Amino acid sequence: MIAESGHYALVLALGLALIQSVVPLLGARWRDAALMNVARSTALAQLLFVAASFAALVTLHVTSDFSVLNVYENSHSLKPLLYKITGVWGNHEGSMLLWVSILALFGGLVAAFGSNLPLSLRAHVLAVQAWVASAFYLFILITSNPFLRIANPPIEGRDLNPVLQDIGLAVHPPMLYLGYVGFSISFSFAVAALLEGRIDAAWARWVRPWTLVAWIFLTLGIAMGSYWAYYELGWGGWWFWDPVENASLMPWLAGTALLHSALVMEKRNALKVWTVLLAILTFSLSLLGTFLVRSGVLTSVHAFATDPTRGVFILLILCVFIGGSLSLYAWRASALKQGGLFAPISREGALVLNNLLLTTACATVFVGTLYPLALEVLTGEKISVGAPFFNFTFAPLFVPLLIAVPFGPLLAWKRGDLVGAAQRLLAAGIAALLAIALVLAWTYGGATLAPLAIGLAVFVVAGALCDLAERIALFRVPLPISLRRARGLPRATWGTVFAHAGLGVALIGIVCETTWNSEYIGAMKPDDVAKVARYELRLDGLTQRQGPNFRELLAQFNVSRDGDKVSVMTPSKRNFTTRGAATTEAALLTRGASQLYISLGDASADGAIAVRIYHKPLVLLIWWGPVLMAFGGVLSLSDRRLRVGAPKPAKAAAARALQAAE
Amino acid sequence: MMRARSLFAGVIALTVSLGALPAHAVLPDEIMADPAKEARARDLSRELRCMVCQNQSIDDSEAPLARDLRLLVRERIAAGDDDRQVIDFLVARYGEFVLLKPRLNEHTLLLWLSPPLVLLAGGLALWRFGRRKPMAANGEGGAAPPLTPDEQARLDQLLAADSAPEQRG
Repeated sequence: MIAESGHYALVLALGLALIQSVVPLLGARWRDAALMNVARSTALAQLLFVAASFAALVTLHVTSDFSVLNVYENSHSLKPLLYKITGVWGNHEGSMLLWVSILALFGGLVAAFGSNLPLSLRAHVLAVQAWVASAFYLFILITSNPFLRIANPPIEGRDLNPVLQDIGLAVHPPMLYLGYVGFSISFSFAVAALLEGRIDAAWARWVRPWTLVAWIFLTLGIAMGSYWAYYELGWGGWWFWDPVENASLMPWLAGTALLHSALVMEKRNALKVWTVLLAILTFSLSLLGTFLVRSGVLTSVHAFATDPTRGVFILLILCVFIGGSLSLYAWRASALKQGGLFAPISREGALVLNNLLLTTACATVFVGTLYPLALEVLTGEKISVGAPFFNFTFAPLFVPLLIAVPFGPLLAWKRGDLVGAAQRLLAAGIAALLAIALVLAWTYGGATLAPLAIGLAVFVVAGALCDLAERIALFRVPLPISLRRARGLPRATWGTVFAHAGLGVALIGIVCETTWNSEYIGAMKPDDVAKVARYELRLDGLTQRQGPNFRELLAQFNVSRDGDKVSVMTPSKRNFTTRGAATTEAALLTRGASQLYISLGDASADGAIAVRIYHKPLVLLIWWGPVLMAFGGVLSLSDRRLRVGAPKPAKAAAARALQAAE
Repeated sequence: MMRARSLFAGVIALTVSLGALPAHAVLPDEIMADPAKEARARDLSRELRCMVCQNQSIDDSEAPLARDLRLLVRERIAAGDDDRQVIDFLVARYGEFVLLKPRLNEHTLLLWLSPPLVLLAGGLALWRFGRRKPMAANGEGGAAPPLTPDEQARLDQLLAADSAPEQRG
């Protein structure tokens, strides 16, 4: 009964989406407010029905109803409750349902909080949103129905892929989808602007918070996924340039460019045509990512869907939306007028440079990811494009970008003073040189590029702090006044400082981890001692243990440093009986921002076990950086200047009252 | 070429049928006695693809074939090959597919040229855009469609709310 209700709710949502696709547009054409307002009700009702459908699938998984194919294939009655819930989106059908749920959530949010939008813009936005929704409802209902029943229900399920039985699955996909799908709002706004033939600074102001929300979630989602891969896959890597990772990186790069170009549009009414194109491209790349992951066209670690009919269906959706929106763009973009002059050296100029480098980086990832596919289809030649290619091509693009980052906020709008900005960055430059000298002295005779990269990272962090110091006139006025100024700074300014500093922090982590990582690989027997980076790790012994749906082999290590006991680490290997699969559970020991990492290999007949131990200096900075960036995004989002028509603070109300009293 | 491919398919089938359980990437018994040579082997391994895996280098992969390749790389290094000779040897045996960073040739020209081309095209477009700017700006202003009465009313309301504090003095 629950499965059928869920299925039915989804069909109803499709019906609502179809109405929402057409009626508001007719309303906008006939200038009929009632028809335009239909969009609002249908968007909210859609959210309700999709949520009901999603809740139905969660209920089926939690109650282990194995008469439903999706539950049978991905669940097990003994699986812990958390994984029964997260298992809902740990498979193709469920993850598509999560995708449309989040799409409906964003539609509902626009309907609920979009009351300050012009009526016809809101009608257009929600209609476009409904086109996307209809396509994906159809996709689920026709090719990926999660509510299919089995005629003869089995007693036990086939369990979830053990690699996915982890807290990472609870956080990573929902965050990533909130990011991916969140960009649909920017897309809908862009298409709506093209349909209406009208776009202005207010449009940018409405789009920016939505883009920012999506960007924050995508940033956190990618970082979370990277950390998950780092501790779960068991060889300590955190970014593999896997096509699926690239699929999430492309919208991130384009979305970051979009955030910056929307800023120019909002403040200076310039770059309109480009911003609209970026909004379209960002969501197109999200769709492409969905296609790459869901169609199984790329055989990669994440791809667990391999049915070609689905691939063809998503490809069709992809072509219709990307082709359609780009054609619309080509047709209507000339109607959008450019405005706002600026000199090459100016805040706008810096943001344009940011856009140029970010889009080139995005194009590089795009070509690198799809080139092997295209080449194989066209010529039959098989080549591989992997991490060495991307590392090689990314560095020349990111070095100038990172050098430019601290300059941007210090340049004035319209016409900036490069020399003045450089003078104000003097302190950051000195900090960078000091850092280079220190690292060179510390690692004398070692890597030569790494100290320079550290210097660049320090320059980015110090540059962000210089910008802050400049704004609060630190050391030029008494400290209390500076502090008062700091409190008075707009939140968006603080957001920029945090986001830019986060970039530098992440770079420090990346350079340290890749350059000064030390490792030990060996076969150890109980009481053997391994030495890694001043740590001594003694293998105390091996024990067997029975988990809820697996058996595991635990190894206990005693960790000491310079003779002082530090901690105990217990990496393990798990064997999942139902799927006959094994996972390695690495043990991590955090010391400051650095980590010790142990993962186990196979035990041999003589009682020894293969062990890999890594010391990864400052590795956690790789993820603290994105967290800082996302925090900057949240600060910026909470800036009330970003909200059009937000109620004025009490001061204004009081002033008005006073005025009335006079 | 065809033979190489059917061999390749055979290897995949073999790996799948054996149900290879995760072993480990570099195993203790593979490591070379000379640390300098071992470091070279590791660096080379990161550039080489495990051909039965999905986007993993042989250094990261747990597949038996990756182990064979790792051993092969170490064998060649022990035999006195330099890095280029090792790579050439593997490419001759397994084709370009084994390289994670493809070599520049007629098939990969576009791949390697696309980042600089995109950057160049973008820069060129910006330059032209910058030169055409004064003309485009002339058309500004007159083109925006007029506000609807609703919007005008809303604008007045927002402006009134904005200017209220200033009017006090």
